[in-house]
Amino acid sequence: MSSLRPGNVGIVIVSHSPKIAEGAADMVRQMVGDAVPLAWTGGDVDGGLGTNVAGILEAIETAWSPAGVAILVDLGGAETNSEMAVEMLPEDRRARVLVCNAPVVEGAVIAATESSGGSPLAAVKRSAEEFYA
Amino acid sequence: MSLDRVARERLVRALAGAVIEHADELTSLDQAIGDGDHGLNMKRGFEAVLAALPGLADKPLPEMLKAIGMTLVMKVGGASGPLVGTFFMELGKALPEQPSRADLVAATERAIEAVKARGRSEAGQKTLLDVLVPVHAILAGGGDAKAIAIEAVQAADRTTPMLAIRGRASFLGERSIGHMDPGSRSASLLISAAVETLEFEVNT
Repeated sequence: MSSLRPGNVGIVIVSHSPKIAEGAADMVRQMVGDAVPLAWTGGDVDGGLGTNVAGILEAIETAWSPAGVAILVDLGGAETNSEMAVEMLPEDRRARVLVCNAPVVEGAVIAATESSGGSPLAAVKRSAEEFYA
Repeated sequence: MSLDRVARERLVRALAGAVIEHADELTSLDQAIGDGDHGLNMKRGFEAVLAALPGLADKPLPEMLKAIGMTLVMKVGGASGPLVGTFFMELGKALPEQPSRADLVAATERAIEAVKARGRSEAGQKTLLDVLVPVHAILAGGGDAKAIAIEAVQAADRTTPMLAIRGRASFLGERSIGHMDPGSRSASLLISAAVETLEFEVNT
């Protein structure tokens, strides 16, 4: 799922559970609206609980914005797989994608709120990470 | 060390077989201190590696290792995909087609550094690095295939009393003590399978 608003930082939600990822994206849409590019991914390649690099790459592509993309993750493998996906991006995109160290649901809503106001990527990441710090 | 096509295919089958045969054991280790998916995840990854045969073994060794790594990254899921996948990809980047022992020492050192960076971890935190690092020391010190295989098994055993500091098991704190680290066990299985297959080549 996505909507295009090129000026704002894109948000990608990565959870082991597709239901959580989709639900968190629903919350972002309801609370923040359509002003930010948004995508979610969850589950391993067989559809079980887990995360996968191909799905994350696809979500980054869907939520891509020239302003960059902030990724919100849940546990361990979601983070490692997201970092792997970022490294596999074309070089000119790599520095414009950041993985946030924040709770996935709250972080996604806060990051999207910050993004919807036109804040740059670093500020979007910071506000997601500071909320619970 | 010279690895012809037949040897390369034998190596791939040995690596995959070791993981697939022990998938249940890996899963039960992971159920104790992780989220119980390590065996399934690794099995899925190595089944995908097997499915890439025989074409996979047609590739020169560096390309074959990179392809194995990429398959694991894309198919395993969980943190072990990027960690083990990175190890294979970096080996592939560093090794020449016909590596000497010195090449192998240098390449595994580079691959271990990449795993450390990927996991932001060091040896001593109850992860696969607790097998990779001591096994590398034996390899670098001139140990033969048997010494390497023994160290791999013992290093995995030594993770049992360790406190997990990285990975899912770290959520358990002190309760992680008393269980072998599943990632160390799978690394140990892979190393044992590799040296068994390469036994005649590794000392040349």
